[in-house]
Amino acid sequence: MADILAGGFSNAPHQAAHAFRVALDAMARPGTRHCLETAKAPAPLSQAAATLLLTLADTTTPVYLAGACNTPDIQAWVRFHTGAPLAQADAAAFAIGTWEALAPLERFATGTAEYPDRSTTLIVELAEFGNDTHRLTGPGIDGEATAYLPGDRLARFPLGVDLFLTSGATLSALPRSTKIEAL
Amino acid sequence: MSDYNFAYLDEDTKRMIRRALLKAVAIPSYQVPFASREMPMPYGWGTGGVQVTAACLKADDTLKVIDQGADDTTNAVSIRSFFQRTADVAVTECTQEASIIQTRHRIPEAPLHEGQIMVFQVPIPEPLRFLEPRETETRRMHALADYGLMQVKLYEDIAKHGEIATAYAYPVKVEGRYVMDPSPIPKFDNPKLDNSPALMLFGAGREQRIYALPPYTSVQSLDFEDFPFAATKADHSCTICGAVDSYLDEIITDDAGGRMFVCSDTSYCSERAAS
Amino acid sequence: MYVAVKGGERAIRNAHAWLAEERRGDPDIPELTIPQIRAQMALAVNRVMAEGSLHDPDLAALAIKQARGDLIEAIFLIRAYRTTLPRFGTSTPVDTADMAVSRRISATFKDAPGGQILGPTFDYTHRLLDFSLMANGDPPAAPKASADPQPVPHILSFLDTDGLIEPAPHSDATPRDLTREPLELPADRALRLQALTRADEGFLLGLAYSTQRGYGRNHAFVGELRIGTVCVEMEIPELGFAVDIGEIELTECETVNQFTGSKTEPAQFTRGYGLTFGQTERKAISMALVDRALRWRELGEDDQGAPAQDEEFVLSHCDNIQATGFLEHIKLPHYVDFQAELELIRRLRAAASEDAE
Repeated sequence: MADILAGGFSNAPHQAAHAFRVALDAMARPGTRHCLETAKAPAPLSQAAATLLLTLADTTTPVYLAGACNTPDIQAWVRFHTGAPLAQADAAAFAIGTWEALAPLERFATGTAEYPDRSTTLIVELAEFGNDTHRLTGPGIDGEATAYLPGDRLARFPLGVDLFLTSGATLSALPRSTKIEAL
Repeated sequence: MSDYNFAYLDEDTKRMIRRALLKAVAIPSYQVPFASREMPMPYGWGTGGVQVTAACLKADDTLKVIDQGADDTTNAVSIRSFFQRTADVAVTECTQEASIIQTRHRIPEAPLHEGQIMVFQVPIPEPLRFLEPRETETRRMHALADYGLMQVKLYEDIAKHGEIATAYAYPVKVEGRYVMDPSPIPKFDNPKLDNSPALMLFGAGREQRIYALPPYTSVQSLDFEDFPFAATKADHSCTICGAVDSYLDEIITDDAGGRMFVCSDTSYCSERAAS
Repeated sequence: MYVAVKGGERAIRNAHAWLAEERRGDPDIPELTIPQIRAQMALAVNRVMAEGSLHDPDLAALAIKQARGDLIEAIFLIRAYRTTLPRFGTSTPVDTADMAVSRRISATFKDAPGGQILGPTFDYTHRLLDFSLMANGDPPAAPKASADPQPVPHILSFLDTDGLIEPAPHSDATPRDLTREPLELPADRALRLQALTRADEGFLLGLAYSTQRGYGRNHAFVGELRIGTVCVEMEIPELGFAVDIGEIELTECETVNQFTGSKTEPAQFTRGYGLTFGQTERKAISMALVDRALRWRELGEDDQGAPAQDEEFVLSHCDNIQATGFLEHIKLPHYVDFQAELELIRRLRAAASEDAE
């Protein structure tokens, strides 16, 4: 049994502020890679994903743990450190897992025409960031950029899911506003 | 102020605002509802901007606060000292040195750079509000991208006045989708929103809305082909620094019609005057 | 040479110092104490608690002192303090049927179990200035009686038993929290009542009055108005039962309003409801009338276009902290937008005179 009490923030106001700014920068500049390593959760949750959860999840945000992330240790860690209720995919504010475990993405909320913000944010755990696979254009990108993406996601802007991609201590993001094209 | 948390707000509140900010960045210019808190300054004094800044600030930030373009206006002084007390952050008047700039009614003249965050204080975030007062109606219009009412208003302006009679809070269209209120900046500042390298965050406390423009986002001021948008200003130069390209305040100098024009951006003006 | 205006920081510092001096007033006159305000300005304290959404008479009295008697400013101080408080838990719903009443009147029945209790009311005072108070006159002692142990059931429960009034079904559902979630329209009744109970008394009074004059009339009788203290209980998960954590004073107003019904549905009276902190009965009655007016859709009534029927209008404008902030902010510098307008209007005028030539 992992120590579920360990791995949280030791100085939440400052560590959360730092982690949020990293997440904000990632979301504002799709495809760019950032370092996020403050928190440490039981395996196989990455440091980046764990830090994101501590920064963004609380008692008001249902969390869905998919596949290999859905272990008793991780459940206990998430509950202890964030207070977030664990939920099914369709009710989740945040969903965490590998691309394969999260599929099919159709089961997550993509918002409504009146409230497109009522959507799930996916935290996609990658084994590693591979070579760039897609060309990205849209808000946050000066001209165009390339990035590694595990696949395509449905986005009918302004509806859609927003993605954080995590691997170890590395973070990157793909908001619904980004247009992607396979290289 | 050790009785209060870093940057005043409690961590629950900051998380709620941070989640709203991430959605706002992901859906540029869509107004995300957020559970705005009652702040220790009145609604209308920048409670939305203050909450956004508080949720963003980290200890190593350098904060600049301006009101009407100036660092020394009373409310800018008040907000700056609030964050000095509650977050102990470094402050600056220099636009280039700031990592976060909270503003009311202006965008600085000096070009912004990547990594900077502009935080706008917004009184009425809804660009359609004065055409249709009901939130339930305007929400539907945004959902359907139904901006006919706005087109009619602008057209009527031209019919009546010969041009679009909006001088500030001039509506923009973002990435060809949502119409957005850029906050009551003069329309002179509108072009600075388009394709800016900085991240722009907008907070409306009383109206409980947050919205955003990521860097390099297309922001077009609404206009017609035969009546193109023009970023106008008073046709003078600054009496202090001589700038011809900066937005000007009009100063009344005597009771006989005497007046002069000086830069509204005091930091820009003093840096120019010094060099 | 012109030098840009500076000195905002010093101006603010000086203004605050002057304000503090003005607040204290003549130092030869003894300073007001918090217990004095709490005890002798109790109705002001009650209003600040009601609209500040925080039941703490000492803090409300402090706020009134600090605000120099400006109640909206005092409410603002309380609200700003309230938002910073951690939330340790949620109380169970208070039971107003168990209220220890100090006042209980019904305009619909001459007598009922529990009786009519006037309590400490201005209702039948002659509004003549009492100059003896200028001389700090202590009032003669009020007659005392021992508390009547008999229960004081809600008057409307008698109508309820006979099926004469619409039922008010019991619900254990947790209402949404107006102070923790952004207001979303349309709102349900629980959310509307939350907004109304912290709404500005004057705004609600005006709206309620407008319904009486025909702008969304709903023929209200005060079925019952009761003021008194109730116990506040909180479930303690570790104990598995609710414990008494204190008592608060409340004003509750239940109105009996015009009936609904048709050939097939038997006619029934309808309800309006008001509940406020402290002895704040003008507010509670106003709240009940506005609550009832806002229920037109649910009760199958016509939208008369009356302000009190308009949920979005009422909920968007009833909060005096929001209202006073936005209203007063127009005194802040608007040099930039005004300059933009000036430049525009000068250009339009120049163009018009060119056209005229």
